[in-house]
Amino acid sequence: MQMRRILLASAAIAAFAGTAQAETVLKWGANRDIGSLDPYSYGDSFTINVLNHVYEGLVRYNRDLKIEPALATSWEILEDQITWRFTLREDVTFHNGNPFTAEDVVASLERVSHETSPLKGNLPAYVSAAVVDTHTVDVTLNGTYPLLLNDLTNIHIFDKEWMTEHDALLPTDIGAGTEGYATYNANGTGPFVVESRQPDAKTVFVVNPDWWDEAQHNLDRIELTPVTSAATRVAALLSGEINFTNDAPVQDLPRLAAAPDVQVLEGVDLRTVMIGFPFRETLSTGAPNPFSKREVREALYRAIDLDLIHQRVMRGKSRIAGATVAPEIPGYVEALDTVPGFDPDAARTALAEAGVPEGLEFEFNCLSDGLVNEEQVCQAIASMWSRIGLAPKLDVAPRAVQTPKRTGGTTDVYTLGWATLPMLDAYSPLLQIFHTKEGNSGVFNWGGWSFPELDALVQAAGSELDVEKRLSLETEALQIVKDQHIMIPLHQQPMAWAVTGEVAEMPLFPDNKPRLWFARVTPDA
Amino acid sequence: MIAFLIKRMANAAFVMLAVALLAFVIFRFFGDPVEMMVNEQATQADRAELRERLGLNDGFATQYARFVTNAVQGDFGISYRNQQDVMVLIKDRFPATFELVLVATVISLVVGIPLGVITAVHRRSRLAQALQLGSIVGVSLPSFVVGILLILGFSVSLGWLPAFGRGETVQIGWWSTGLLTPSGRAALVLPAVSLSTFQITLVMRLVRAEMLETLRSDYIKFARARGVPAARVQWRHALRNCLMPVITLTGMQIGNLIAFALVTETVFQWPGMGMLFIQAVTFVDIPVMAAYLLLVSLIFVVLNTVVDITYAWVDPRLRDDSARSGGAHG
Repeated sequence: MQMRRILLASAAIAAFAGTAQAETVLKWGANRDIGSLDPYSYGDSFTINVLNHVYEGLVRYNRDLKIEPALATSWEILEDQITWRFTLREDVTFHNGNPFTAEDVVASLERVSHETSPLKGNLPAYVSAAVVDTHTVDVTLNGTYPLLLNDLTNIHIFDKEWMTEHDALLPTDIGAGTEGYATYNANGTGPFVVESRQPDAKTVFVVNPDWWDEAQHNLDRIELTPVTSAATRVAALLSGEINFTNDAPVQDLPRLAAAPDVQVLEGVDLRTVMIGFPFRETLSTGAPNPFSKREVREALYRAIDLDLIHQRVMRGKSRIAGATVAPEIPGYVEALDTVPGFDPDAARTALAEAGVPEGLEFEFNCLSDGLVNEEQVCQAIASMWSRIGLAPKLDVAPRAVQTPKRTGGTTDVYTLGWATLPMLDAYSPLLQIFHTKEGNSGVFNWGGWSFPELDALVQAAGSELDVEKRLSLETEALQIVKDQHIMIPLHQQPMAWAVTGEVAEMPLFPDNKPRLWFARVTPDA
Repeated sequence: MIAFLIKRMANAAFVMLAVALLAFVIFRFFGDPVEMMVNEQATQADRAELRERLGLNDGFATQYARFVTNAVQGDFGISYRNQQDVMVLIKDRFPATFELVLVATVISLVVGIPLGVITAVHRRSRLAQALQLGSIVGVSLPSFVVGILLILGFSVSLGWLPAFGRGETVQIGWWSTGLLTPSGRAALVLPAVSLSTFQITLVMRLVRAEMLETLRSDYIKFARARGVPAARVQWRHALRNCLMPVITLTGMQIGNLIAFALVTETVFQWPGMGMLFIQAVTFVDIPVMAAYLLLVSLIFVVLNTVVDITYAWVDPRLRDDSARSGGAHG
């Protein structure tokens, strides 16, 4: 009897608590699942983005995508110019209650830069880290390097004690065939705590009441559900089973916008879509390669009707680009953002003058799972080039199939989208795409070009600590890219999120990453 | 009989090896897993090193031999994408797929058998002709279209049933079941119906054909002549004699359903093995793809072998090689 009364009482309390404070739940329908709960074991931007709700870096991006202090409160560059001293935030605890200290930072940096970590490329300048005192860390780099803070925004800090306890000090080594504890478990300092995870079904995050920062969001729970089929995702949003998606399919936007309780959030992504050319001696067909001539690249540029692609293929939702980086990216200046007029006749003449034979065959390599409407964009451009007397052979296939051809140089012309992530600086494409391919530079220089003057500017920018000077060096380098038409920029592509009426606030970020610590949901009445 | 058994087992093993070989031939066309695994900023050297560590630089024969050696010991490696043991991943997803297939099979029998009897008995009626026509639609509509239509009708317009997922599940040992919770049962309805549409028409047509045959036989005529009520003759005497091929077909089709559930699973975001396989293809997750293909072919091989052995046991003539053609279904 006693037992029963207690049960009844506790049931009444539970019911009361339930009505007194309605839960605010963000039901997030994503187009895919995160790889695991370990951000360091699979180099995947989406996984890192989602886990940023659980793990934090020393610094972070604010609402305007400017860098601000997070787990570090201040930093300075020491006299040797290559050591950065970070002062860490005090009174921060991990989700398991352990205090956050300098040991944790050092262990995390060692983990992410370990040789088996697929993410070590995200800290290109890192050499070592050392504890100064419990809340001060020195990070030593391989030279003067201005973009360390940008890199650190995406380096999540783990708890050393927790990693030691669970034998997770090193990232999961897939080659060795062993699983890691951090794959299934998470312990960060962030605004949300992982409550449960069922791969490909549901991952639940609950609010961290002990977060060091003042919460701007009002969420109690985030339920991340992957819904890979676009039609099902739209249906789930219309029926209210999810109240947020970060991938509203372009073809369904009018329908979603017309639905009474759904709001579509549209914007232009930072990702600039470009076309690249081969600079090798011969084409894949064995014929001599005319694309290494500047006039030929310019002629191909002028043969593309950018307006038509914007209107028809992108349904007026893209932003035509003249520069190879988006306007939000440091290093961009408006003078770079001009496009040559569409003039197929002039293009045809220019090709003839450059001695390009009529009906020149070359491969045009596009992805079927890459950019927004990539296949249609490629088809449109291929037919525009056919009209000036070329014979592009369109080769469309998934990324995993195409990338080896691109890196191996067995194809000719190709598409590439670059958002400068996670660095958010023009230095990123300059180093990774436009610099000569050598050492760690020019990884995406698939055409094999080399412009020593540009390389010198990029290297100078890479060790210039003065922001103004660095950005002007980067702008100068971008100007060379533009003058030489090394790659042709087409547009920044559209992005669309959608929310139901329950979601009161959901800031759209141009890097297409949801940051739900800014989101607000109306509690159920 | 023993010799026959050994022969069948050897055949099965050979089929499995051939499937694994075929799988490895195909994987080369899926592309390079390393490109999906590293971040954009990784250097060429980093990529090459990872490829080396994964053993992707080894020759085709070496990779195949290594895979078979490990697979025989039950070790399928760990998933590139999820960094989890592949067998654990598959074991976690198997209950979802199996429950879906089971419920779809039950639906197809419960709906298909009566429809088959009705269309056979009243074969000239309007209703039977309408059902026949409907069954053609059922056979020809792709299951993803059926799925989307069901979602539009029952989730978006009516709001009765969830559009995706498995609802709440209960863990019984390593088996997770959605049959014990209301949300789990609700979530099961649309995918199971969508998966069963093709199966329903198959069962219906088979029952109809068998019934037409049986209804012409002498013992049915005698039963009628004795004055046994028509319904009792049709549903009891005739139907019972039609069920043997239906049971065989249903058993064989379970393998098919498990394999083809992947379309339904993709549409409904059903966290089963098919979903896992589709994800693995996207990310070139070779260990998962290899294990899945092997497991599905194992299911087929086991079902076929069991059927063959049963037939041989029932009918001794089939043990003789010269008369074996009737036993195997492929």
